[in-house]
Parts: sequence; structure tokens; C-alpha cells
Amino acid sequence: MPQPRTSSISLNRTRRPDVAAVEVSGLTKSFHRKPGRTARRASGAPRRRTVAAVDGISFTMAQGETIAILGQNGSGKSTLVRILSTLLLHDAGTATVFGNDVLRDAQAVRRLVNRVSVEASFFKKMSAAENLSYAARFYGMGSSQTRKQIPEILERVGFPSSRMGEPMENLSRGMQQKVALARALLTSPVLLLLDEPTTGLDPRSKRDVQQFIREIRVTHDSTILLCTHDLAEAETLADRVGILDRGRLLVLEPVESLVRGYGVTTLEEAFFAATGREIDPNAEDGDDSDDDLDDREVFA
Amino acid sequence: MSTLSSDLRMQLVGARGIVERNLYLTRRYIWWDVAFFVWTVANTLTIVFIAEGIKANGGTIDVNRQTTYLLVGAVLWAYLGIIFEFLTETVAWERWEGTIEYTFMAPLRRGAHLAGMGVFAVIYGMIRATLLFAVVAAFFSVEMPKADFLTALVVVLVASISFTGIGMMTAVLPLISPEKGAQLGFVAQGLLLVVSGVYYPVDILPGWMQAVAVISPATYALDGVRAAILEGAGVSDLWGELGALVLIGVVAVPLGLALFGAGERYAKRHGKLKRSG
Repeated sequence: MPQPRTSSISLNRTRRPDVAAVEVSGLTKSFHRKPGRTARRASGAPRRRTVAAVDGISFTMAQGETIAILGQNGSGKSTLVRILSTLLLHDAGTATVFGNDVLRDAQAVRRLVNRVSVEASFFKKMSAAENLSYAARFYGMGSSQTRKQIPEILERVGFPSSRMGEPMENLSRGMQQKVALARALLTSPVLLLLDEPTTGLDPRSKRDVQQFIREIRVTHDSTILLCTHDLAEAETLADRVGILDRGRLLVLEPVESLVRGYGVTTLEEAFFAATGREIDPNAEDGDDSDDDLDDREVFA
Repeated sequence: MSTLSSDLRMQLVGARGIVERNLYLTRRYIWWDVAFFVWTVANTLTIVFIAEGIKANGGTIDVNRQTTYLLVGAVLWAYLGIIFEFLTETVAWERWEGTIEYTFMAPLRRGAHLAGMGVFAVIYGMIRATLLFAVVAAFFSVEMPKADFLTALVVVLVASISFTGIGMMTAVLPLISPEKGAQLGFVAQGLLLVVSGVYYPVDILPGWMQAVAVISPATYALDGVRAAILEGAGVSDLWGELGALVLIGVVAVPLGLALFGAGERYAKRHGKLKRSG
């Protein structure tokens, strides 16, 4: 079990010990897509089509639990993460983080959550230390805290302190992803949303990031939702694994019972049995706006 | 510490974070800023030379007074441009880099976020505008014997509240269209100044434009600054202009926040916060 750790910053967090870390019920989010004029003429398709990116998802996460969500490109993983981090407004259903509704109590949710996405988004001309420093201010961390904690957290993620002052654009993608992890952990989130944190990384950087996630599980008082294409990553890091396909959560169970349930021997086989398709470990997600759903199946 | 004061402290620290970030970025791009400053000087010179040009073409005008009149308009134009540019382009830049999602998922209230951007824009704009004014005034050896620069500074600072409010309204545009939204900030700047008497008295405008000028903060800013620099008017002589600027600011800032909030909700409903670069 993860050991509770005192938060390093005071955020007036609305976190109750008696509630689930995450409770999602009937969560639905659709986007609209306009097909090109030529395609419309050829197929007689309607002017605007509605695509369900997340389609009636329900699940619960216990405090301190790590779950991994497996899914193909466009399955709805990033949409789910964005809804939980208050970056997308859902259409139907409910989602709560430690009892706080992501729509009604968004400010309380933001104090509890941080996220690492597949793209380590930073101001590229600014250094790692500068990027972390300004991001930490948004969570109320003053200069004395960041001066002490930024070098510490960067060291913990295996980022060389000698490169703290270098512009981000000089760093490899693996290094940038470590800084992204440091940014998320600097604010001591109690719900950590990891949206394909190792996709596109070289094997060594991938191992480093995965090792660090393991360390967080043991030392940090966090609940972790990990979205990934990587079956081995899901299997080794998570207490339960879910399969998300075309916006629907098909299953969410511990790996052993999931594999047993499908009458197969590996998670890969279970994924194939559940979805009828193989997972592409190198695909990147991109499924959550009105504009970029062109590789998605139209449901309605 | 009570929840309220703790939250207030957090928002102030967050706003400071925005100021710090813009300071880091300005340092990183300082030579680009120098190049842009040279362009602004050249642009201002072309406008201020008009006074000399009128005289050369046989016009009978007080060249020194007219040069100062045009200089005030050109510098205020540049200042307004910096305010709008910072507020609007920072949002476009955040979308480009993908950091806007991290800003919007942080417990930083939008008021503190935009206030931080506004404070930096005003400080940076003041420095640039002061330098521009000094360089062009020195170039033309303009004489300003009555000038009350302190009063002019007060007028610009009070006007900055309204300018920031309007900047918040234009800053929402890159949320909706990262490619073209920022450019619409220039449209707002141009529209605001054309009705406000940037290089001419408002009286010469058609009636409907004069009516719009009444609600433009730039009108009162230009009148106040010109009165301070050309006539030596003090703060006590400009209560009318300052009062109007405060009144417009009181309306513009909440309206700017409300519009930005509406744009943010639109972006969150339609998935428009994703990285665009």
C-alpha cells in the first residue's frame, strides 16, 4: 500500500477520507464533425455528424489505487483525462474527484489533480527550472519553496541538476518528459492523471519514467489513472486494467481476472478478445475536439 | 489562516507567476524586442514627420505643438498595441506551446491569471512607450516647456485599467482561433483609436463616430495626456477625464472577464484547448 505523505504545499484541499478518489457515472462526451464538401456530395452524409468520444463510462477508483486504461488511438482515453482535469465539459453523466464534481466544484478538483500528457508542453525557450517555477506559483508555491523543491524533485526524476538552466528546446524528449513528471509532482497531487507518459520515448527513458511511477506508488499519497497503449506498462504498474474501445469501457478488473474472464493467457490476447483488434503500441491519441475526429467511427 | 485569505494569497502568488513567466520570456526574446522597438520608432517617425511636411507644403501651423500632438497619439497607439499584443498573443502562444491546458487546470482563478498578464503588459508597455517618446522627442528636438509628465503618467495608468479590460476581451479570440484570433487584436486596437482622435480632434469625426468616442477610453487618455504635456494640466484639472476612465474601467474589466469566461467555456465544450502548434 502507498504510504501517506504530507503534502508539501497548502492548497486548502477538499479531500474527504470516506469517498472514492474518482467516481464516474454514465459519462458521455460527444464532438461534432463537419465532413468535407466532396465527401458529403459523394456519400450524401449529413452536414454535421456527432461522434461519441466517451460513451456512458462508469467506474470507481479507490484512494491510493492505480488503474490503467488501455485503448486504441481515438478510443477516448485523452477525453476522459481532460474531463477529469476540468479541461473539457462533458455532455451527460457525472464525474467526481474525492467527492468534488468536476463541473460544479472545478476549483476544488484543480487543487487535487495534476496531469502528465504524451506531449511535454513547455515554453521551449525557458529552462526546466523556470518552467517549473512559474507552474508551481499557480498552486501557491512561493520562491523559498520552489528554490528548495525544484532541484529536489528534478533529482528524484533523474534529471541532471547541471541542465536545470538550459532551455527546454535543448533537451531530448525523454528529458522533457521527466520535467513534465516533475511539474506534476511538484504540486503534490492526490490524483495523478498520466496520459500516455511513455509514448514515443526511447527504451531507457521509458524505463526511467516507469520506474519513477512505481516509486510514486510506494512513496506518494496519490491515486493514479494511467492511460496507455503499452500492455506491459499497464500490467506491471496498475492494480486494475480497463479496456476502452470507441468510447466505451468494456472491462475494468485486475489483470489476472481480466485474462481469466476472456479465457486467454495474456493481456494482449484479452485486448484482442475484447475489441477484435490489436493494440498499436506506437500510436498517439488525438480524439478530443470538434476538429480532429476524422479517424473515428461515427456512431450517430 | 482562513480559507479566504489562503486563497487570496494563492491567487496573488499565481498572478506573480504569470508576471515572472513573461519576464523570463521577454529576457529570452530581448533582441527580437529591440528589433521591434526599432520598427516602432520608424513607424512613429513617419507619423510625426507629417507636421514638418504640412509646413513644407505651405501650411501655416505651429510645428512644435503639432509634432507633440502627433507624438502623443503615436506613442499611445504603440502603448495600446503592446497591451493588446501581450494579452492576446500570450494566450495564442500558450496554445501554440500547449501550456494553456496546464494553466487552465491549475487552481489559478481567471481574474488572477489575466490580472498577472495585465500587470506585466502595463509595466512593459510603460517602459517601451517612455523610451519611444524620449527617442522621438529627442529626434525632433521637441520643446515641451509646460509639460507635466507625472500627470500624463497618472492618466496613462488609470487608462490602463480600461485598456486591460478591453485586452481581456480580445484575448479570448485565440482560444477560439489560434491561427487568426491574435490578429483580430489589431483590429480592435485600430477601431478603438480611429474613433478616439489619435492624430486629430474628435470634433472632426462624423456624428456617429463622435458618439462611439464617448465610450472609448482612448479618447479620454489622449485628451488627458495632451492636456498634461501641451498645456501643463495637473491631476486636479483632469478630474473629468480621469473619472470617465475609472468609470469605463469599472465596466470594461468585469465585461472582459465575463467574455473571457464565456470563451473558455466554449473552448472546453468543443475541445479547443489542445496544443495548436
